[in-house]
Amino acid sequence: MTILYDALSAAIRAEEPVALAEVVEGPEHLLGAKLLVRPDAHPEVMGSLGDPGLDRVVSRDTAGELAVGLSVTRHYGLHGEARAREVGVFIESFAPPPAMIIFGAVDFTAALAKVAKVLGYRVTVCDARPVFATRARFPMADDVVVSWPDKHLAMVGPSLGPRDAVCVLTHDPKFDVPAVVGALGTRVGYLGAMGSRRTHAERVARLREAGVDDAGLSRLMAPIGLDLGARTPEETAVAICGEIIALRSGRAAPSLRDRDGPIHLDGHVAVGR
Amino acid sequence: MKEILDDIDRWRGQGKQVAVARVVGVEGSGPRLPGAAMAVSDAGEVAGSVSGGCVEGAVVTEALDVIAGRRPRMATFGFSDDEAFSVGLTCGGTVHVFIEPLDW
Repeated sequence: MTILYDALSAAIRAEEPVALAEVVEGPEHLLGAKLLVRPDAHPEVMGSLGDPGLDRVVSRDTAGELAVGLSVTRHYGLHGEARAREVGVFIESFAPPPAMIIFGAVDFTAALAKVAKVLGYRVTVCDARPVFATRARFPMADDVVVSWPDKHLAMVGPSLGPRDAVCVLTHDPKFDVPAVVGALGTRVGYLGAMGSRRTHAERVARLREAGVDDAGLSRLMAPIGLDLGARTPEETAVAICGEIIALRSGRAAPSLRDRDGPIHLDGHVAVGR
Repeated sequence: MKEILDDIDRWRGQGKQVAVARVVGVEGSGPRLPGAAMAVSDAGEVAGSVSGGCVEGAVVTEALDVIAGRRPRMATFGFSDDEAFSVGLTCGGTVHVFIEPLDW
């Protein structure tokens, strides 16, 4: 019988939020004790760490870590006391994959969707033109939607957050402007728009007419992508995804060779400190 | 974890015992984040990874031991270990790997 593992693997496969909390340091008889937290399921909490007080505190903390998608080791007293270090509990969050919405059903879209899938995004391709927005042209996308950008964003916008990305590849003002304006109304972490510098200058003028202020324009990465000298759709996709990673990590994206200092700044989640 | 689920299910479908190893802490430079997971079957098959290839061999040995003994354990790999524990990360970091039988 592997009740917790079965529930965990089912939730991971269904891309439902789930987190596993497990005693990895402490008294021998507690090692391996587990709590499974599934905010959208019943029961919400399965398993036990062997003490009701510890269970209560750890379930609360686990739900909190899951909400922000973090995996960490936290320490507690045997009954859940804060500031004690009798047990170390590794909390692993399995957050649903981040979303990338690509507006515009063009060749660059197919390449970007492919690279985004490699990076673990759930990819939606959206275009108002039914001839172009077809499953057959974008078999790698999770969803292909025939709709106007503002209409689609009105529907899914509230669920977008800092881990998600909106890429506007239409370079046609009649699609670009509603897509950018719609995306600025969400909490999406990355917003980029394709187009030459001239296209972008015109787009900025139209966005201003549409009421977008400096703060809004500063969120817009356009022309989209890192300066890699990318030419093909595939190279451009790498330049865009590179920019998404650099923006998230707050790096200027030079070559590692030309920099000093540690390669990894995050992930310093230590056990036994 | 997601990438090793299919292998785990296949092994269990074949009646094999399985151990799961997960990175639960990293100090200094480490190639994989906490949560990186690896599964080992009692036949010595491996899925996933917990480092850039530096400590996987040692994790297999530990995992087979864990399957036999049916008790979870923490394994720590890094520069700070004494010579007896000679497997380390070439990047100079320390990684804590929790290894347990899949019986939960």
